[in-house]
Amino acid sequence: MSALLERLAQVRKSGDVGRLAEAIPYARWMKIAPENGTGELLTRMRYHGDLIGNTFLPAIHGGTLGAMLEMAAIFHLLWETETETVPKIVNITVDYLRSARPVDVIASAKVTKQGRRMVNVFAEAWQDDRSKPVATANAHFLVKSSDDAPPSL
Amino acid sequence: MDKAERLALFQMWFSDTIPHNKALGLKVIDARRGFASMQLEWREEFVGNPETGVLAGGPLTAMLDGCCGMAVATMLKEPMPFATLDLRIDYAKPATPGKTVIAEAECYRITSSVAFTRAFAHHGDTKDPIAAAAGTFMLGTKGQVTQAQSIGAETKI
Repeated sequence: MSALLERLAQVRKSGDVGRLAEAIPYARWMKIAPENGTGELLTRMRYHGDLIGNTFLPAIHGGTLGAMLEMAAIFHLLWETETETVPKIVNITVDYLRSARPVDVIASAKVTKQGRRMVNVFAEAWQDDRSKPVATANAHFLVKSSDDAPPSL
Repeated sequence: MDKAERLALFQMWFSDTIPHNKALGLKVIDARRGFASMQLEWREEFVGNPETGVLAGGPLTAMLDGCCGMAVATMLKEPMPFATLDLRIDYAKPATPGKTVIAEAECYRITSSVAFTRAFAHHGDTKDPIAAAAGTFMLGTKGQVTQAQSIGAETKI
């Protein structure tokens, strides 16, 4: 079993969902972690200076919004579905709706369609006002696959 | 302006002065009209799966977004603010742990409002991509124009 799935099993017992991020170096570096204080699993990217992509506006780099939406989808799949494998991302399409100011970004995710091998996930990111999303994304993940199947996580 | 001077300017405005690109350590390796290329060195903190050392999707997404944006900037004869409208990434295969990733982006069409780009990330062989991207950019967005967005005019590329 992977370290991430072991961590998931521990977190299910302790309820401290934020610790899921500790098993992923990139999530730690980006200060991206899940939280469930409201009873709903959300993913937060804590603001820090290295997220800026436009110093004039200033605005958070679009690539980091795509990255955190992808992480939000992964945390959602780990936490809310009975996955036996770490989901492997196949592709993601990000729509940029508003420029993101230099404050925290929060994202939610939901499964649009769960297949036997493939899951379609929608994720949405906002800052202070949930009704004004800064970016949304649709992504596909392989949830059961052979080792030669695609990608990253 | 010779090629080395031009690349130094691109490096300054597209990596050294853009905090997230600088944090990723993005290095500009080529720029010409309608084309941009950058590289990303493998680092432990970019890893998505610590057991395999494979990169997370995030660093690739940020690099491909930046590289597509740079390709757009090379097409602008007049400085103009622009922003990513949408970005699709297909993850074709895992990046090899420890290996440098190269991104190459092309801006193949530009209109008065929108620029269309395509990009690939690979380890040196464009026929064996790690990821493919398609990005569109909205031109003439609000805000002040940045140096990066002025580079087409500045270098007369």
